[in-house]
Amino acid sequence: MKEELFELLLRLADDQLVLGHRVSEWCGHAPTLEEDLALPNIALDLIGQARSLYTYAGEIEGKGRDEDQLAYLRLEHDYHNLLLVERPNGDFAQTILRQLYFSVFMHAWWREATKSKDETLAAIAAKAVKEAIYHVRHAAEWTIRLGDGTEESARRMADAVNELYRFTGELFETDEVTDKLAAAGIVPDPASLRDEWDRTIAEIFAEAQLEMPDPETWQHKGGRKGVHGEEMGFLLADLQYMQRAYPGMTW
Amino acid sequence: MTTQTTPLWEVFIRPRNGLAHRHCGSLHAADAEMALQAARDVYTRRGEGTSIWVVPSAEITASDPKDKDALFEPTAEKIYRHPTFYDIPDEVGHM
Repeated sequence: MKEELFELLLRLADDQLVLGHRVSEWCGHAPTLEEDLALPNIALDLIGQARSLYTYAGEIEGKGRDEDQLAYLRLEHDYHNLLLVERPNGDFAQTILRQLYFSVFMHAWWREATKSKDETLAAIAAKAVKEAIYHVRHAAEWTIRLGDGTEESARRMADAVNELYRFTGELFETDEVTDKLAAAGIVPDPASLRDEWDRTIAEIFAEAQLEMPDPETWQHKGGRKGVHGEEMGFLLADLQYMQRAYPGMTW
Repeated sequence: MTTQTTPLWEVFIRPRNGLAHRHCGSLHAADAEMALQAARDVYTRRGEGTSIWVVPSAEITASDPKDKDALFEPTAEKIYRHPTFYDIPDEVGHM
């Protein structure tokens, strides 16, 4: 079970780190000053969650790796994050929608994980769930205003819906790791969160005047096995540069 | 973003240890809900607040700076309104 728990913590940490990094790319570039503070706020929440998860993963692994080694010193293939979170920021609509798809899922996931039989994970979840509630709120309010906004904002939002929907199937993917841990009451079964996600997204899209994408849309897979899109290498180059260039540096 | 689609809002935060909401700045937002969110992100990043008010800046009626003398000068000589002439017994505590 230790091996599975390590793998799952790593996946979860990679999701938060990679999305946190993506969102942080907006720092200094957001469309308004208000969003220039709001987006890095969200990025910092995500990176904070990643830190707790990496630290715990390192303890479970028991090989003396700390959060920095796990975050910065692995190769692309060893990152097991969802493809959704590594998607480039695109325009503001795509950034917001990526956050909505992910945060609606994570909110349900963290909420269920507060009941985990693993006390450390339950404690991390108790803190993260509060942050996730705000991430959903921020993304949902923007989705509604942009979807039901001007002609241009509605078009950009609709494009984002279709561009990103094909990366959402992975959220609910199950395998031996999730099955074993879910059966032991350590993590929620991701597939069990599908109905709630569909419902929440449908409610928000209805208010935003956005059409739900075709549920039969072909879905990308591979993130959990370390098979990434071509953008991932560039992301890691940016993320890992300092630790690679100056190993062990701190400030 | 134009001021037409995102008008100005005044933000009031109730500090952790304070009783009353205090004006702390302004921001642009599309509507009240977005203004609340933006206020949270812009003005409560260091744990300053326990409650937020946002008010459309256009809804605030302000006194005219030109009226300053008429409004505020007459109080200058009424020093007896400052209760500094009285000894307050220790039992009263902080007033």
